[in-house]
Amino acid sequence: MCPTTIPEEEHAHPGNTGCPGCGANLVMRYLLKGLGERTVISIPACCWAVMPGYYPSHCLKVPMVYCAFEATGASISGIRAALDVRGEEDVTVVGFAGDGGTVDIGLQALSGAAERETDAIYVMYDNEAYMNTGIQRSGSTPWGAWTTTTPVGPTKDYKREPKKDIMAIMRAHGVPYAATVSVSHPEDFVKKARKARDISGFRFIHALSPCPPGWRLNPMKTIEVARSAVNTRVFPLYEVEGGRVNITRKVKGRPVAEYLSMQGRFSHLTEEEVAAIQRTVDQAWSVLEREAEACDDRS
Amino acid sequence: MRKVMTGNYASAYGAKAARAQVIAAYPITPQTSIVEKLADFVASGELDAKFIPVESEHSAMAACVSASIGGARTYTATSSHGLTLMHEVLIWASSARQPVVMTNVSRAMAPPWSVWADHMDSVAQRDTGWLQFFCESNQEVLDTIVMAYKVGESRDVMLPAMIIEDAFILSHTSEPVDVPEQDAVDSFLPGFDPDIKLEIGKPMGFGSLVKPDQYMEFRYKAMLAMTRARTRIAEVEREFEEAFGRGYGGLLDEYRCEDADAVLVIAGSAAGTARHVVDELRSRGLRVGMARLRTFRPFPHDEFRALAKRIPGIAVLDRSYTYGASGAFYTEIRGSVGPEEDVAVMKNYIAGLGGRDITPKAIERVFEDILSLKSQSQVPQEPEWIGMKGMEGRMR
Repeated sequence: MCPTTIPEEEHAHPGNTGCPGCGANLVMRYLLKGLGERTVISIPACCWAVMPGYYPSHCLKVPMVYCAFEATGASISGIRAALDVRGEEDVTVVGFAGDGGTVDIGLQALSGAAERETDAIYVMYDNEAYMNTGIQRSGSTPWGAWTTTTPVGPTKDYKREPKKDIMAIMRAHGVPYAATVSVSHPEDFVKKARKARDISGFRFIHALSPCPPGWRLNPMKTIEVARSAVNTRVFPLYEVEGGRVNITRKVKGRPVAEYLSMQGRFSHLTEEEVAAIQRTVDQAWSVLEREAEACDDRS
Repeated sequence: MRKVMTGNYASAYGAKAARAQVIAAYPITPQTSIVEKLADFVASGELDAKFIPVESEHSAMAACVSASIGGARTYTATSSHGLTLMHEVLIWASSARQPVVMTNVSRAMAPPWSVWADHMDSVAQRDTGWLQFFCESNQEVLDTIVMAYKVGESRDVMLPAMIIEDAFILSHTSEPVDVPEQDAVDSFLPGFDPDIKLEIGKPMGFGSLVKPDQYMEFRYKAMLAMTRARTRIAEVEREFEEAFGRGYGGLLDEYRCEDADAVLVIAGSAAGTARHVVDELRSRGLRVGMARLRTFRPFPHDEFRALAKRIPGIAVLDRSYTYGASGAFYTEIRGSVGPEEDVAVMKNYIAGLGGRDITPKAIERVFEDILSLKSQSQVPQEPEWIGMKGMEGRMR
């Protein structure tokens, strides 16, 4: 058996206030394993603003600066500037925000920080809805999902709009490094976090973060559902470095129905609707594959 | 060194003299030339600072607050809509106890659009926990920025400060300004060295969740800090006066009030006009004076209480408004004055909104009016809007 490449050292104390089976808990854990303790985190309103515990408790071994919901991009710019003034250029500055705080209310500040080439890592932990307020739709909620603001009544008013493609948005900013990670693939996750740390400029990490209450998921199935998202190509693992696309986990593509059927939030979907999702997933994968192949050809 | 400069340049020279380390700002009329000048200072190497060209005022303040938590001395400048966009983060700054210093070029709010002088933007931030200094001259703008850092960064204060200069009247009008020698400023204002700041190896949460059994104590401590700022402002101004030979009258700057029958309370650039009118009327034998409200926060309660006990008539001029109540300055002054029998007759006037000039004639009329009033029962509840065109400006 190969030894694991994941450092054994933990940078988070046990006993935070996350829900059972919380994916975001693992996102923070693996991220810090990759980054180490010369790290500062800025955090807007989100589950992780509550999870470190009530004052004066703090479950992480790195300092955390709280900021307003929409302000993460600005906050990391300010922290970076202050640390640079103090001559602490080697400290990694991280913005750690949920999907609503990133693709919706925080998109302006995020775009500003990326455009200014702020030397920081922005991590979006994507649980695909406003989970801290109790499962409301965000721009990152996928097509077909139930949330409390996309209820499935007689009119079947579930989410009818596709998920906002934040990776495409960040790639359009020309960032030096953008990667997707999943809590089901910690070796890949930690490797990418470490790689992001060692690149300068604005780096972006999109982490899939299953939410058992919000996804209507058995809390024991967090890893399983995350792995299924990767294996069904719903959430491909890849990185974009200097514009070059590299798929880090090439999968055969299990049927998306496997992924969808594990979660109550998709339980209302008809076979036709599942087939439509399958077509969208296939299409997105082939676009990604073509991009990756084009990069291979150039090299 | 004496230079002829606008109020905006006075702001930029103030931030430079104070050696601001992180500047995050976004352009807005009529503030823009402040950050342009600061960008020049940084680009030329005259000011060793990080300049963050943010994408909004909300981000400007958010960047300043986080940089301040990071241990850097921070500065920004804005105006009207920019200031009101910041509202959320203004409260964040004071609640995080970060002594950010900001110039607000006080300008009217839209609609209808107006880029001219008006105190509505600043007054609407009354409850955000910022020290608020209204300035009368460009020299005062520069000097107050330097003093504001010293007050705000005091260990027993740790609160942000807003320096308010009237749009165009100060921001774009040139006056001779003495730029203090850097050595003198450096010995007056030491570097920013807060007790608690972001540090590797000291993991803590800056602004974490608190339960209802702890929240009020955080707020009460900030309230006490604002109260202590009253004394600190006076102390710092005395030190400043000793070092630079200039002072501005503390929280309430009184002019020829000693034996006055009536006093006009006013803030900002119009105080200059009021001084002139006071002199004019005095030369005609009328005993009038002016009290310039220099700090709206902390509010000079004691000064007003003392004033109301000895002056028979007090006219309060607000360059802002609140529908359905009196102007903010007037309301606060009334709140300061106790129920003593011999308190002054007080009346509220609204003037100068959207950049309309507060003319000597208008001020003279206010004095005539307040001198004619013998009892509070003659004063209507609603403020009188002066200089209105085609309407009377007061209710019957």
